[in-house]
This record gives sequence, structure tokens and C-alpha cells, in this order.
Amino acid sequence: MNKNYFEIIRAGINSTFQDLGRKNLYHIGIPFSGAMDNRNYLLANKLVGNDYDDPVIEFAYQGPHLKYHGDKINIAITGDVSFKIKDGDNLIDGECYQSFILENGDELDIISTNKSVYGYLAISGTFDLKFQWSSCSTNTKAKIGSNNGEKLSDNQKITIKEINNNFVNRKLNYVNTKIENIRVIRGTNFNYFSEEGKKIFFKNEFKVSKLSDRMGMRLEGKKIENIVDTNIRSEGLIKGVIQVPADGNPIIMLSDHGTIGGYPKIGVVVSADYDKLVQLSPGSKVKFQEVDLNSAETLFKLYDLETQNLISQI
Amino acid sequence: MIKNISNLGDAALYCDFGKDVNKDINTQVIKYFKTIQKKNISGVNNITPSYNKLIISFDLKKINFNKLKKIIDNIEIIKGDSIQNKKFEIPVCCEKEFSLDIKRLEEKLKMKEEKIYEIFFEKEFFCYMTGFIAGMPFLGDLDENLRAKRLDTPRVKVPKGSIGLTEQFANIYTFESPGGWNIIGNTPLNIFDSTKEKEPNLINPGDLVTFKRISKEKYQNYHE
Repeated sequence: MNKNYFEIIRAGINSTFQDLGRKNLYHIGIPFSGAMDNRNYLLANKLVGNDYDDPVIEFAYQGPHLKYHGDKINIAITGDVSFKIKDGDNLIDGECYQSFILENGDELDIISTNKSVYGYLAISGTFDLKFQWSSCSTNTKAKIGSNNGEKLSDNQKITIKEINNNFVNRKLNYVNTKIENIRVIRGTNFNYFSEEGKKIFFKNEFKVSKLSDRMGMRLEGKKIENIVDTNIRSEGLIKGVIQVPADGNPIIMLSDHGTIGGYPKIGVVVSADYDKLVQLSPGSKVKFQEVDLNSAETLFKLYDLETQNLISQI
Repeated sequence: MIKNISNLGDAALYCDFGKDVNKDINTQVIKYFKTIQKKNISGVNNITPSYNKLIISFDLKKINFNKLKKIIDNIEIIKGDSIQNKKFEIPVCCEKEFSLDIKRLEEKLKMKEEKIYEIFFEKEFFCYMTGFIAGMPFLGDLDENLRAKRLDTPRVKVPKGSIGLTEQFANIYTFESPGGWNIIGNTPLNIFDSTKEKEPNLINPGDLVTFKRISKEKYQNYHE
């Protein structure tokens, strides 16, 4: 019974199980959740020969330090991540986008993400997890999903239900690039803001605040002045919506966002830029650039083609 | 037919039912929500009804704004088809430890505590929508004399079960969460249960809700 497991020596800052998330639940107040950076999630699974929608461990900033117990298993890490593998007395520097074999007693120490936020750990096998609404994704605010809706903690065990005997060594040449110009479509309350406010939104730089998490990214910059009303009738939200509350600083809704909100929406981040947006760490500078719906759809096609192309190279 | 549909970003339809918030408009929103939900349109990820808006978000890999708008433009709701309202009576304890903002309301509304409760417990509420946090019902309309703004600084933690008031609405905090509503009591009843996947919410849009005052003793023994 469950003879294969990871012992958590250090859980990391915010390590959770994630997959593609859960849909059709906004109307009862449950957000989408799922891996923040979809492309890196898909690549992690592909590198260990999994199905595209298998659960992985997502970590932020500092990842977990794990000791492996059991039969040999293949693992891969994606993102821009520094990690080490301890195999007996050897300490090996890990490389992202490459599979590694772990044997009984080996340790995997995910030290940090570099100038980015999220990284992913996939294993050639299935974690023993609880699914809710067909998803394992952990939503720590609503206490939904695997690990009783909690992030991983020190000294707990991660049990592995099954290992796929898939020990092919896979590798991909890929480097994550940092985004500086985030493309947005005007929001439904764009005209709530003064001419000067609109100019500030599209011309000035904003700094990513420390108060950012899986729910939202807060930005700091020159105040965006509202000339109509700093509240709207509460209505639905989606990932990527940029709300501006009374203090004039934008907040971007991310995967675990509240499903309803009452602040004016100045813009919505295009789907093509979402993966790169979530990787902006606190202190990063960003600018918003306006695009129309047609261009946004074309940008998404290109983004999706590039993702498919990367997957096919593995 | 929904007259006013625009795009919210590149992956959602924003259906606008007008500026007003009332039962009739909200009932229209809920009817469209239920009709569209039943159609199981491929690519649709979420349909979110609120007071007077309906947001339909989709997977851009499978469908796009113009294609989905054409489908939604052709959807008609069945006239006279009424939504089924369930009725609930929610027990509320208003002891000091639970009625965190009753003193603030006394000041803001210039009304005695007993009068506030009297008006509140007389009312039958209509559930306009659920959300923000899982299962939280937005109930209206609060008596005009009980309408107050949110707290100046929202609480970091509002206890689970808290009954909150703001503007024309009442709500119930389904679990501990940050929040800025005026808290007047607490219910021992579980409003959201994530283990019931088919129906995790006790109260759903269109349902009717009344509140019933209970003693502290009854509150404490509620689950026994």
C-alpha cells in the first residue's frame, strides 16, 4: 500500500496541487483555479509522459525540499527554477525542461524560482489525491480540492498511487521570457475614468505589489482617477479583469479570484498574455498596451500554436 | 433575446440587462442563465448571473466571441416559465459576540437595536445571486430604513455564519473571509457544503429567505 511517497522536508512558500481547474461553478461562487501558468503546466506533464491534464505540484518563489521513498520514478520541473538533486553523496544541479530519474532515498530541493513566481513539478505517475468537481486543484481560500484545500506543509507525506514505467529521457530547449507590455482590451467601465486617468493607464509604468497571490495581482502607480462612481453593481468577474477601486490602483484578477466584484473594470488582459503576466514578481515594472478583440484573438492563436509546437518537440 | 451583448476581454460575453436592480430584471437574468446552462454549449466555461448582468466566459481554443454571440442571440426564454423558488428560514443568533456592528448601525441609522432587528426579521428576502466566496447569497431588498454603507475599513476576518447588511442587501458569510458588511448576527446553519458536489449551496438565485431569531442556547445546541 502506497509504498512510494515523498517526505516533505520543507514545503516551500505556497506549494499546491493543480491541474486544469474546475469549470461551470462561478455561479455558485467557486473560481476556476488550476495551474497559474498553463503552458508550463502542460510542458511539465509532457516531459514525464503524462496525460496533458494530470495533477502537478505548483510552487511559488521557494519550492519544496522532498525526499523520495520507493521505486524509481521520472520527474520534470518547468519554469525558471533553480533546484538540486541529491543522489547519495552527489549533489547535481537540476535543469528545467528535462526529465530526471529519482531513486529511493534521493532528495529534490527546489530552491527558488528566478525572477519569476511559479514553477511546476510533474512525476511519471499519479499522486493519491482527492478530486472535487473533477479537479484536484487546491483552493486554499475556499478549502476546496486536494490536501483538504490546504497548501503543502512541512513533514507531511505525498503518497503516489501508481508509477507509470515511463523512463524515457525527455528534453526541451525553451527559455521563459519576461513580459513588459501587457496587452489589454478596454473594460466595460473604461469610460468611468478621466481622460488623464485613461492616459495614465496606457502610458505610465506600474509596479507589481507584494500583495499579490493566486487570487489577484495588485499594482502600484500614479492614481487612475474615476469620474463616475468608484463602485458598480456587483457582477461577475473573469480571469484577467483589471478592476480599479477607489484608491486608483489597478488589481488584476488571477485564477483563484472572487467570482463577483463591485469595482469598475478598466480593462481585461488578453488570454495570450496571461501565462507571462502571472510570472511577474513583486517589484516588476509593467505597462499596458491597448489592442482590439480581433488582434487579441490572433495573438491567442499564435500563443496556442507556439505552445503546441513546444509540446510536439518533446 | 438579450439586447445588449458586448465582449469582456477576448473570452467572455457581457450581457447587460440595464441599470436597475429589481426582482423582475434579476428573474430575467436567472431565466437566461438556466436556459443557456441547459444548452451545454461546447466551449462555454462559466455562466455568471448577477443582479442585472450575465457573463458567459468561454475557452478561446474552442469558440470565439462572434460565434458564441450568434448562438446566444438566437436563444429565447420560454415566456411564463416561472423559476421555482425554494423557501428557507435561517436561524440567527444576535448575541453581542455575534452582532459585531449593531452599535455602528444604531449610530448610522439613528435607530435602536431592537427596532433594527424587528424590521430585519419581518422581511422576506429574494436571492439575487450567489458568489464572491463560495455559496454566499446576495439577498434583497433590505428595508429602506436599514441601508448603510460598508465599513470604512473591511475586516480581515469575518467569522463563518455571519449575517451582514450593506445598502439594499443582506448576505451570509459561508466561511471565514475578509469582508466589509455590517455584521448583525450569526447562523449555526451550514450554507455551503463542498462535499455535496451536486448542490453545495443551500440557497440559490430565485429562492426566498426569511430569518428567525434564536437564543444563544438554541444556537449552541443547534447541531446536537
